[in-house]
Amino acid sequence: MATITKQEMLALSGDEAIAYAVKQSDVDVIAAYPITPQTIIVERISDYVNNGEMDTEFVCTESEHSAITACLTAAAMGVRTFTSSGSAGLALMHEILYVTSGCRVPVVMAIVNRALSAPLNIHCDHTDSMVERDACWIQIYVENSQEAYDSIIQAFQIAEDPSILLPAMVMLDGFILSHTLENICVLSNEVVQKFVGTRQIPLVRNHEGKLVPFKLDPENPITMGPVSLPNFYLEQKRQQEEAIQESTQIIKKVHNKFAEISGRRYGNGLIESYHLEDADIAIICIGSTAGTVKTVVDQLRARGTKAGLLRIRTYRPFPTQDVIKALGNVKAIAVMDRSHSFGSQGGPIFHEIRHTLYEVPERPYITNYIYGLGGRDMPPSLLYEIYEDLEKILKIKRVENPVRFLGLRE
Amino acid sequence: MVLQEIRWHGRGGQGAWTASELLAKAAIHAGKYIQSFPDFGPERMGAPMRAFTRISDNPIKMHCNIYTPDVVVVLDSNLAKTVPVAEGLPEDGVLVINTRESPGEIREQLKLIGHKLWTIPATEIAVKILGRPITNTAMLGAVTSATGIVDLRSLEKAIKERFPLKIAERNVEVLNVAYRKVTPE
Repeated sequence: MATITKQEMLALSGDEAIAYAVKQSDVDVIAAYPITPQTIIVERISDYVNNGEMDTEFVCTESEHSAITACLTAAAMGVRTFTSSGSAGLALMHEILYVTSGCRVPVVMAIVNRALSAPLNIHCDHTDSMVERDACWIQIYVENSQEAYDSIIQAFQIAEDPSILLPAMVMLDGFILSHTLENICVLSNEVVQKFVGTRQIPLVRNHEGKLVPFKLDPENPITMGPVSLPNFYLEQKRQQEEAIQESTQIIKKVHNKFAEISGRRYGNGLIESYHLEDADIAIICIGSTAGTVKTVVDQLRARGTKAGLLRIRTYRPFPTQDVIKALGNVKAIAVMDRSHSFGSQGGPIFHEIRHTLYEVPERPYITNYIYGLGGRDMPPSLLYEIYEDLEKILKIKRVENPVRFLGLRE
Repeated sequence: MVLQEIRWHGRGGQGAWTASELLAKAAIHAGKYIQSFPDFGPERMGAPMRAFTRISDNPIKMHCNIYTPDVVVVLDSNLAKTVPVAEGLPEDGVLVINTRESPGEIREQLKLIGHKLWTIPATEIAVKILGRPITNTAMLGAVTSATGIVDLRSLEKAIKERFPLKIAERNVEVLNVAYRKVTPE
């Protein structure tokens, strides 16, 4: 077992923490286009490259569509790549996100969550990355900037695992984390470089039946992302599904391995339970709001209320069995969504959780809150309101209003 | 020290966010956990803006604005006439205002009830030593004197890390002058 290594405590913003992790992770090619509130990541990385602190090819592209395409093609050559975006930038990448996962190319990307226009809004919500949940990218949502730093380092190991070979995105809340200064413990360059290692390239069989490295190489030509007709496309998609399901094990393994050197854990790497064991009522959420919920849970517990929190860290692959197990004894649940699926009943996390709980013999009461769209702050007072609603549901034994917009000006 | 929450009121360009960052960095030097963030509105010169600092002995989990600050710092006393600077500040909360007036005069002008009021002629000090009305380091000296939230040495270290030597030295002087000159009610 590895021992926890000496670390340095810095004051960094979330964006700076991401750039710092990327600097240490031996990335070969970075192609990016700036967009608020992700800009600082790109600025810091270009400083590092310019100062010679990173031995990296930095490609300034004219759009996000080109940035992700440059990463896809460089990664197809067998090197390690990174990019970063959010909001409209991520939406512009949409087409190539599917090409990246379909080609089984392990690009790592940081998404600084920001609302989509119109009206124009630069602040945090999760609409941009929720839109991409079906693109067969691994999706990790972080609670704080320390976790952002840790998760980027883990993401390279997860995405590049020869049994997975899928791209991964790490999401942090725009401004709330990206522009907030926090204490960040950083590992030494040597420790991170040893952890991420060099990219492992598995062998695949080429058209002549010969085993060759799975990368674009003129010496050993293979084809990536060719046309696939109805006779094989379905099987290729099925293989992607198997790989992303398998990645739950790799995510846990890499998370554990990282905990051994850093001393930091985020639940089991997929979900984080907070006072759930004996909880009657619980909130389920992702991202930075989970931290505020924890302080509210602490207060409620001090008053004797059996309140808990389930934070989903890995939204794709969705940890179905872990969620069912964690919610074992909870009687009433509030799912918080920082995005909305317009025209449906509730937000995407609500859909997922309610769908997951269909299999449970005794289903808990479940309700949904759409909150914080366009950066609206989530104060503790509104979280207390949610727990009060859950207590009321337990008392009257029914859910009167399953989907509510929280904190509306009325 | 339990969690301490500080809210800064200033105008765009006056350096409230810089003050918040310097305080947070000083607190890290003193071995604390911190958060520092601005009110992420449109950034315009002269427009009212806020910044927030949290300082604690324990890791800070909360990620939201500060609604019930322990300390409020006002970089521009004119602002206090239009912005509810004392909002959410408890009866025994500390309010530090940049003004040439005495605490008694400013209390009457702003019709303040309660709070521990401190005043500091920060603009005057800054203009005299820096030649510019940038009051963030003066307000840091004042708030440190009024609350003891961090030690002066940690603040000096944070200032020296942030600015080139000459500017840092002058700001350290501003910090120390303001530390001595701030007046309680």
